[in-house]
Amino acid sequence: MSGGTVTWAPARRRLRALARAELTLLGRNRGVVFVALVVPLSLPFTVRPAIDQLDLKKEGLTAGAVVMTAAIGFSFLFAVYTSLVNAYVARREELVLKRLRTGELSDAEILTGTALPAVGLGLAQALLLCAGCAVLLHAGVPKAPYLMLLGLVAGLVLSAALAALTASFTRTTESSQVTAVPVVFLSMMGSGIAIPAEVLPDRIASVCELLPLSPAIRLISAGWTGRLSAQEVLMTVAIALAWTVVAVFAVRRWFRWEPRR
Amino acid sequence: MNIDEHEHVIEVTDLRRVYGGGFEAVRGIGFSVTRGEVFALLGTNGAGKTSTVELLEGLAPPSGGRVRVLGHDPFLERAAVRPRTGVMLQEGGFPSDLTVSETARMWAGCTTGARPEAEALGLVGLGGKSQVRVKQLSGGERRRLDLALALLGEPEVLFLDEPTTGLDAEGRRDTWELVRTLRDAGTTVLLTTHYLEEAEGLADRLAILHEGRIATSGTPAEVTAGRPSRISFELPAGYFLGDLPPLAELGVCGHELDGRVVRLRTRELQRTATRVLAWAERAGVELHRLEVRSASLEEAFLGIAREQEVRA
Repeated sequence: MSGGTVTWAPARRRLRALARAELTLLGRNRGVVFVALVVPLSLPFTVRPAIDQLDLKKEGLTAGAVVMTAAIGFSFLFAVYTSLVNAYVARREELVLKRLRTGELSDAEILTGTALPAVGLGLAQALLLCAGCAVLLHAGVPKAPYLMLLGLVAGLVLSAALAALTASFTRTTESSQVTAVPVVFLSMMGSGIAIPAEVLPDRIASVCELLPLSPAIRLISAGWTGRLSAQEVLMTVAIALAWTVVAVFAVRRWFRWEPRR
Repeated sequence: MNIDEHEHVIEVTDLRRVYGGGFEAVRGIGFSVTRGEVFALLGTNGAGKTSTVELLEGLAPPSGGRVRVLGHDPFLERAAVRPRTGVMLQEGGFPSDLTVSETARMWAGCTTGARPEAEALGLVGLGGKSQVRVKQLSGGERRRLDLALALLGEPEVLFLDEPTTGLDAEGRRDTWELVRTLRDAGTTVLLTTHYLEEAEGLADRLAILHEGRIATSGTPAEVTAGRPSRISFELPAGYFLGDLPPLAELGVCGHELDGRVVRLRTRELQRTATRVLAWAERAGVELHRLEVRSASLEEAFLGIAREQEVRA
């Protein structure tokens, strides 16, 4: 038997047990489920008339691709990010995180296991949206599927990491409706979710490229259009990796496992 | 192999814990617990019990001193210690929207060599509640669920932080019985409590914590030895403290008057009791609310608090 399987099997079992409980809890939180399901699937269609006004052809975009990219972005924000901020804060305030830390789970396993159902939901939505848009909006098939995959991974990981970080300075589940606003707002405006990055003025666009979810959205959009040079891909992936490193470091440094007394 | 590992399951040396605000909750304590022993940390609220236990559980690193559980540092060597310990925190820590059995299943999935969930729930008498949501459980039932989960992995060392707070008399007795059974099977138990009778009835050895320090420790008999016994009664109507025979003559070494109730402390219980009763007989009065108690942990406990106050 190799050492790898010996150490990984119990960790997998623990993650599965925790993720299963979290999935049950997610299913019982109607408010969170409603937002997570309805917003990503409906909001993009309400912004579609605005998109139609834009001169997409010049940028090499199609309405279908733009709507789908927006929808996946909304899914990162509302199915993963905000629902996980809520979950981390609720578990901490009920002392669940503290109790879990008395057991065999490592800190990383606790945060990962808690995130798995929301991340899974986000992934399922993204895949569903791809298929739906391809068929209903005649967006066609992705020209560079591997970029899309890369974008999905970056987006899901960063959404979860940002949620843990936001939860670190959120005292109650009610106040998470306020503390989650900056990330949601900045991402919608600057990361190419509510407004396609291609139509932003160049100088603003080059700053907005550095926002945490921008690389993910850029990769997904490019996966659809295939319009990203190898150099640009490397740059975008580097930004995503940098954010991941920063987020992991920040979570390790600042995550709160217990309520403030 | 180090023999100490087997002798002392828990070893604490000059342990300190200072919180962020500068408050020093644990101020240099030391004790050890041998295998199969029940050790109680006794103290009032704020004495430092939970702060100490959390360091033993490995939830935080000590600010100073050293903790060893089963020969390991419980904070730094988490993976080596956790599969062999069971923990019951002072307060719950279970998602309120899961049922009892969902909670147990989750915890079992996270525990090496877990016994069947139904068996663990049965041990604490929660077998019939498996489909109930945690938020619908009473405070006592939540404590018992917590205990069941601490027992899931059949731990060698069990940390119980105020295991019977919130339980009714019957639940408390059941928990005591369970702890005794576990001890007899070789489990080492460290518990905190502010119930004196719990420490007296359960613990092989105990330490009384006061303001972050160990005020006294030993077996319950050792801790109570040298402590005075107590007699208390209500002064009969029309009588004053001065109407009693001279207190020195009664063998009394200390007294208090609380409204109409007189409390006498004595190291010669029989002599004092006999003379007080003889006086009442002669005076032809009835002593209401009469209580005669030999030295107890309570007396030791109150005595320590009194001594510390005097010093301060």
